[in-house]
Amino acid sequence: MSSTILELSGVTSGSSLAAALDGRSNILEMTQTTEDAVLKPAETGAWSHDLRAALAARIAGLNGETTLADRYRALVSDSALASVADPLQSGEAQGVALVCAFMDKVAANTREIEASDISELQGAGVADADIVRLCEINAFVSYHIRLLAGVRLMKEVLS
Amino acid sequence: MSDVIRKFTRNVPEWRPRVEPIRLEEATQEQLDALQVTPSNTKVSAYVLTLAHDVETLKVRSPLFNAIMYDKGGLSRAEREIGALAASMVNHCIYCAAVHAGRHAQLSKDTTVTDELFAKGLKADLSERDRAIFDFAFALSKAPSEAGPEHMKQLRAVGLDDAEILDLILASSLFGWANRLMHVLGDPVRKEAK
Repeated sequence: MSSTILELSGVTSGSSLAAALDGRSNILEMTQTTEDAVLKPAETGAWSHDLRAALAARIAGLNGETTLADRYRALVSDSALASVADPLQSGEAQGVALVCAFMDKVAANTREIEASDISELQGAGVADADIVRLCEINAFVSYHIRLLAGVRLMKEVLS
Repeated sequence: MSDVIRKFTRNVPEWRPRVEPIRLEEATQEQLDALQVTPSNTKVSAYVLTLAHDVETLKVRSPLFNAIMYDKGGLSRAEREIGALAASMVNHCIYCAAVHAGRHAQLSKDTTVTDELFAKGLKADLSERDRAIFDFAFALSKAPSEAGPEHMKQLRAVGLDDAEILDLILASSLFGWANRLMHVLGDPVRKEAK
């Protein structure tokens, strides 16, 4: 099974880091399976595969994780959604400004989230199931970018 | 809402969802499978019933969570809990912090470390090893770019090998995930007197 983390971190085989990653190959496999479940689920709810990839790229970009942002952005085939991936754009043109603002806050300022952030989405007609889906996208990407950044830092500093 | 808990605590709160969890009696077969509901096990938390709205992710997330926190080898389980706690403190996830401070105390048979962390945060008086573990996990949790070469060198200096550092990265990153569900989708509230 291919692994986004192994591929993008550029860890060379034979190193002690490669051995450590090999020792957790089950976790890397499950990480990959989850990436697919979050970005390309069979049941998308209100968020298409393209929009999910664009939002994932946005969160990675907001965190300065350009390698993963590029990777996610490449999955966006609908050019009308491409600018959602840019954290400097509001998403207004695509009708997802509220969703983008919510995603930015959850990604970068999690501690400040209040009940009103959720009720605002509900008030705008976003179904509860779709709110949970947004949180899972955000939560997974937040994990993914940190895992990649951590492994890359190990490679740069320790090997 | 006055019953919402705002400060870190060891007492595990109730979790009150901000969205409507799925109803077990209306769950699809796929949801029941992911929830591992059987005739003898019908008790499912509000949190898991909330996550069941996104059943494809829930199904794969639970085994991944267990592998990162409990698989054998590498970093000790108590030290993985420090990674989880650091993330939960950054993200101010009161519920996760209470649960994982409790697990750390249980595994290490000592409440000193987590008492210090709750009282003093980054200024807590810790052993060199715990200090390096907490500081790295805290930085990585704030933003990936906040964790730098000095953190990594310090982890090595206090004796962590590659497998242990990888486990620490996994545990703290995993709580970047868990916190964004638990803290965002619900409120920690005082348990009602039974």
